[in-house]
Parts: sequence; C-alpha cells; structure tokens
Amino acid sequence: MTTFLQQLVNGLSLGSIYALIALGYTMVYGVLRLINFAHGDVYMVGAYAGYYLSRKLKGDEPSLVGALVVMLGAMLVCAVLGVIIERFAYRPVRRAARLTLLITAIGVSLFIENGAQLVFGPDPKFFPSLAPRADFIVGGVRLTSEQLTVIAVSFLLMVLLRFFILKTRTGKAMRAVSFNLDAAKLMGISTDRIIAITFGLGSALAAAAGVLIGMQIPKIDPLMGIIYGLKAFVAAVLGGIGNVPGAVLGGLLIGTSEVMVVGYLSSTYRDAIAFGILILVLLLRPQGILGRTHKEKV
Amino acid sequence: MRALVRSVVLVAVLVLLNALLVGKLVPGVSISPYFLQILNLAGINIILAVSLNLINGFTGQFSIGHAGFMAIGAYVSAFLSITFGESIRSAFSFAPATVQDSVLLLVVLAAGAIAAAIAGFLVGVPSLRLRGDYLAIVTLGFGEIIRVFILNIDAVGGARGLGGMPRLANFFWIYLFAAATVAMVTRIVNSSFGRTLIAIREDEIAAEAMGVNTTRHKVLSFVVSSAMAGVAGGLFAHYLMYLHTNSFTFIKSFEIIIMIVIGGLGSITGSVLGAVLYIVLTEGLREFAQYRMVLFSLLLVVIMIVRPGGILGHRELWTFFRRRRAAEAPAPPAVPG
Amino acid sequence: MRFGGLLAVNELDLSLEPGQLYGLIGPNGAGKTTVFNVITGVYRPTAGDIRFKEHSIVGERSGKITRRGIARTFQNIRLFGEMTVLENVKVAAHCRQTADLASAVFRTPAHHTEEERVDRQSRELLEIFHLEPYANEKAKNLPYGSQRRLEIARAMATLPRLLLLDEPAAGMNPQEARQLMDLIRWVRDHFDMAILLVEHNMKVVMGVCETVHVLDYGATIAVGPPAEIQRNPKVIEAYLGGA
Repeated sequence: MTTFLQQLVNGLSLGSIYALIALGYTMVYGVLRLINFAHGDVYMVGAYAGYYLSRKLKGDEPSLVGALVVMLGAMLVCAVLGVIIERFAYRPVRRAARLTLLITAIGVSLFIENGAQLVFGPDPKFFPSLAPRADFIVGGVRLTSEQLTVIAVSFLLMVLLRFFILKTRTGKAMRAVSFNLDAAKLMGISTDRIIAITFGLGSALAAAAGVLIGMQIPKIDPLMGIIYGLKAFVAAVLGGIGNVPGAVLGGLLIGTSEVMVVGYLSSTYRDAIAFGILILVLLLRPQGILGRTHKEKV
Repeated sequence: MRALVRSVVLVAVLVLLNALLVGKLVPGVSISPYFLQILNLAGINIILAVSLNLINGFTGQFSIGHAGFMAIGAYVSAFLSITFGESIRSAFSFAPATVQDSVLLLVVLAAGAIAAAIAGFLVGVPSLRLRGDYLAIVTLGFGEIIRVFILNIDAVGGARGLGGMPRLANFFWIYLFAAATVAMVTRIVNSSFGRTLIAIREDEIAAEAMGVNTTRHKVLSFVVSSAMAGVAGGLFAHYLMYLHTNSFTFIKSFEIIIMIVIGGLGSITGSVLGAVLYIVLTEGLREFAQYRMVLFSLLLVVIMIVRPGGILGHRELWTFFRRRRAAEAPAPPAVPG
Repeated sequence: MRFGGLLAVNELDLSLEPGQLYGLIGPNGAGKTTVFNVITGVYRPTAGDIRFKEHSIVGERSGKITRRGIARTFQNIRLFGEMTVLENVKVAAHCRQTADLASAVFRTPAHHTEEERVDRQSRELLEIFHLEPYANEKAKNLPYGSQRRLEIARAMATLPRLLLLDEPAAGMNPQEARQLMDLIRWVRDHFDMAILLVEHNMKVVMGVCETVHVLDYGATIAVGPPAEIQRNPKVIEAYLGGA
C-alpha cells in the first residue's frame, strides 16, 4: 500500500509539471485553434533562464528568496519570448490554413531547439540547488522538498490562473476570444492584445515548470522540451484541449499513469504510455474528459 | 499501348543512367558516391512525398504519421531479406545473380508494402472518423507507437539497430519505383476516384450529400499511401543496409510534410520538386554546420508567411507551359494514358 | 428532433408522392433546414420514423441515403470550389457507379466507357441548367446565381427520386427567380421525381408549389394549397407577429 501511495505522490509531482505546461497548450488552442508545437521549447528556455539567473545570483547558500527571484525572472523571460513568437511567427499566418499554422509552429520549434544548441551548447548543464533540501516521511511515504515545492507552487499558480480567467476583465476577454474571435473583435475587444497576453501567460507557466523541473532533476539540455512538451500536449488533449481545468486534470492523470506504469510494469514503455492514452482518448472520446463536441452547422 | 512503350523507354533510360552514374557506361565518367547517395535519398523522398500528398494534399486528410508506415515497410522487408534471403535466392539459382537480387528485392518490397498497407488500414479506419487537428494528433500518436513497438522487438535489433541486409536497391530501382509512384498517383488523381477525393477535400459534408462513401474513399487512399511509404521504407533499408528506429520518428514525418508543403499541396510535380529541394537545401546548408538547422527552420517560417501555397500550389508543372502556348482557357489538362 | 433542451421540430407529419411539388415555409428558426438535415441523415431524429420507398432510413449515413435517391442542395452554397463546374457535377454522377480504384490505376476499357458516360450525362445536365459555357471554370469563380443553379444541377446528377431544395432562390433578383421557377417546373415535368422546397421568397413558393406546409417554432401550423395558406390567419400571425 505504501508503494502505491509513494507512486501516487511521485505521480502528483510529475503530473503538476505536465499540468503547468499543458495549460499553455490549452489556452493557446482555445484562442487560436493552434497547436503550438514550440511550447515545449519555451519550457526548455525557462529552465535555461532559471539556470543562468541562478548562477548570476550565486550566493553561498541556496535560499528561498533567491529561488523566488529565479523563478519569477525565468517566467518573465519566457513571457516575453512567447509574445515575440506570437507577434512575428504566428500573427502573420493567423488566418491561414491549418496546415500552414502547423508547419509554422514546427519551424519555430526547430528554430528554438537548434538555436538553443548553438547558444547554450548541446551538452547538458546542471541546475544548481535553489532551496534548502529536506525530506519528509509521512506514513512510510517519502516526499522530498523538491516534490513539495513542485506541488505547492503548481497549485498556487493554477489557482491564480483560475482566478485571473474567471474574475478579471482580461480573463473574461480571453474566454470570449476563445469562443468566437470575430465576435469578440466586434465587441470591441482588442484581440491582438488578448492573444499576446494568452501566449505570455502560457509561456510564463511553462517557464515555472522548467525551473521546477530543474530543481527536481538537475540535468537540463536543449532538447528536453520535446518529450515533455509532447506528453504535456497529450495531457491537454486528454483533459479536453481548450479547457483549462481539463489541462490540470490531464496533466495529473498522465503523470500518475506514467509513474504507475514504470513502477509496476516496465520502464521501456514510459514514453509509449502517453501515446497510448492519446490514441485511446482520440478514438473513444476525442473532445477529452471535460471538453465539448462542436457540431458543424450544415 | 502507349503506356507500354513509355514504360519500356523509361526502364531503358534508367538502366543507362544507372550505369553512367556508377561509371560503368563511359570509362572515367561517374559521380562521387556522395552525390549518388544524395540522388538516391532524393528518390526515396519522392516516393514518400508523392504518396503523402495523396492523402494530405488531394484528400485533405491531415496525416502526420507517415514515418510509421515507412518504418513498417523497412523493417518487414529487412527482416525477410535477412532471414529468407538465401532461400529465395536459391530458388532462382538457375538465373544470374542480378536476377536473383531483383527477385529478392521485389519479393521483400511487396511484403513490406502489404504490411504497411495492413497497418494503414488498421490505423486509418478508426482515425479517419476524426477531423482536422484531431486526425493529425492521432496519426502522430500512431506513428510514434509503431516506432516504440518496433524498438522493443529484439528480433529486429531493438535499440541496437538492424543490419545485415544485402544492398539490393540502387539508382535504377529507386527511380523506377519513384516513377511508378508518380504515374500511379497521377492516374488515381485524374480518374473518377481522384475527383471524389478532391471533392472530399473541398467539402466533406457536401461530398457525402452527393452520394460519396467518404469513409471508403478516405481509407482506400490512406491504405494506398501507406503501402507506397512501405515501399520507400524497403528501398531505404536495402540501400543503407542499416536501420534504426531513430530514423523514423515524428521528425521524419514532419520532414515529409515540409516537402509537400514547400512543393505545393495538391500538386504531384510539386511534391517531386519539394522532395528534391528539401534534400538539396539540407545538404547545401551543410557547410554552415551548426547554423544549418537554424537557418533552415527560419526559412521554413518565412516561406509559410510569404508563400504558404508552396511553389506550385494546386497546379502541376505543365500548366505553366500550356498557359504560354494557349492564351485562354486555364483549365488544367488531364494527363493522358 | 430534439437538440439537448431545444425541441427543433415537433411531430412533423409529411408525405410526398412522385411528381409533387411541396413547399416548406416558416419564419427563420422554424426548423426547416433541420427537417432537411434529418431527412438526409445529417442528424438522427430523436423520435419518429422516416420512410423512403417503403423502407425506413433512420440512422443511415447521408451518403447511403443519397444513393437511395434523395438529393439536396444547401442553404449556404457548398460547392467544390477548386474544381470546375463540370467536375462538380461529375462527382455527384459517380455515386451511380462503383468508384473502382483498380480500374482507375490500370485504365481498363471499362474505365474509359464509364468516364465517357459520366461526361455525357454531366454535360447534358449543364445544358439544362444553362451552365455549359462555364463548364471548365472553377466553381468558386461563378456568379452567385449560377452557383445556385450549379448546386441544383449537381444534386440532379445523383438521379434522385426526391429532391430537397434549401432556399434555392436566396439572393436572386426577380428575373433570376422567375427563371428558377420555370426550371423547377421543367425538372418536375421531365424527371419522375418529387421536389420539396424550402424558401422565403413567397412568389417562388406560391408560384411553384402545389402544397405548402407551414412551420413555426418547430410545429406545423398549416398545410394546404398556396391560395389557402396565404389567407390563413395563423400563418399571417406567425410571419408578421401578433396584432
């Protein structure tokens, strides 16, 4: 029983990371109907931003304040990156065919990945320890301080996001745009600004995930965004792409199933489990758990 | 009759070209192995691009799992030639070695194509019910699952890769199949079946309302396309003589998509152009070493912004020549034969 | 036909004989296009039955229903834009033939004869609908009135026994509308079929249809010959609002 609980805790921690990244996918899809393939790479940039920032702020001891500064800094960097990507790569093709958008996204993703390899060097780097380490053992289940941080920070960010989307004017505007972009425009909403904010928010969350992961698994490399991005994407689809609570649910589910499969079955199928879930969802319930079907009007 | 004559001429030309390129025709005249490899890989790309365009460009179905079918064709044919190569060869021991090799190649390619076609059917039937983005994601998923599945089969090498295939494919065979693929897809597109596919692309609901069994057409086109990818895979395996699943990731699928988009979705000559251009670009930029991929991806984004229709859009290469001769009616002519 | 909480069409009782010209009218949102969509299999009726030639067609796919002999046009024109006018019609004609992949690839004689037959039949239809001059034009380049006619011609290519026309006169000027009326009557006279027409243009409906069926909020409020319907107080109220 304790192993099960342990796996659950591990899964929750991993799932929170996926959830943070998945939120970015789902929000962008909601407003633009675009699968932002480059999102996973933004997460990677967040991790690197955290890395360089923490090296700059090198105190003798890891501290909580320092960690906070690093995280917020990385989030800011990626928010700007997200806005830039949207403005220069996606906005010109916003009205184009789906396939064009897809290829543009792929192009941006490749650009960031290869650019990162050039700028940061292809070898992995090691994320310094940011916060004091401690382990908590509750009823036979070990919870590391990193895991605790991941879960706590993710939860906090998600709550903030939910508040933002439901209660603020900008949040409401975001929802309006995701329902119908043209109608939103006619209602006087500055859709360009809203879309930029959406990208910025999503990217900031991905950056947070990057820093959190850096704290947990200290090894970072320019291609780390690919597999994490893909799994987070599956999470978004599982929860219902375009649906914000769905992304969180999906992330937690994917994280937990991955940990369970590796723990109880075999680690060779670690990556395949996400794809398996993806296919099952799309064949059985393509709108995801919390999504809604769109019936085309004839 | 015309088709038969054309085929014979084509075969003769290819045989001569092949001999010329490897230096057997005119003494002292040959191209470097490097260029020959590029040429051959371009040929395989042509098969992949034209077959993918059938389902993406002409039927309008957003599929990005093509690498998976290529992988199936590659691994099935490789496994067969390694395991049964000798027995098949010995069955034809009365014939010269080249004939033995040819028969072996054709047999394993056929097997690879059939395997890929079956996979295409199994993937297509459930997936083609989905539209747009969802179909894209599901095909991406299937492509990866196929790859991971193959990776975990020890009998075909698993993570070590698979080697030991005889070199059965060369310029002649690759371009023969490339030509055959182009011819076959052209015929399909210019027939009633092809018209129906394009109608499905234009407006699937209207097509269904006009009596078309859209599912049947989509699945058939998907199966044919997958089979062709399987042939490309088999040729790939027997040219490079080594396989690893890393060659068949979603990145490979993306590459093929890029080829057909650059050339023009819905244009067969466009796909040929795109396939050749792609390899020329990736090789040509090789001298920029690390900047290569950065430049390439930037180029990609720029092309999408500036000319998303690709080089030829929906048209074929010959419409440009006809347009110069006859100043009026712009209707694209049907390819005879 | 119920969509979630909304009852779009409530207890519709309608039957048609070959040669009949039947009109379906009602204010916007009355459920007319929904009726079409239910008949052609786009939606599955939540209750009730639809019978065509003694056979229930509920639950069948729209492609199958069309092959049985029910064809339709669309309220918002849904032509195959990138294809030529002739090709648009040919696609519909192919439903009367098994689209054989093998014969296409190998170009058998059967393939050629079939192509010729379809070509001839399609060109004849284009002539009837005065679209011959546009045969090789892309459908999306046609003027609006011609596009509407093409929609009908295309539907006719499936050789239907029942033709459903969804607002065929929408956006037409009076002269075009008159030509359309003549065309519809001509079609009914020369092909053994029934025509069900949804239309807002009252001149067209009253001029062409023998029986008119009026819907309001999904319910039938009147059925009868045009003259009666025009005088019916309930119909007047539905269109103009209460006094």
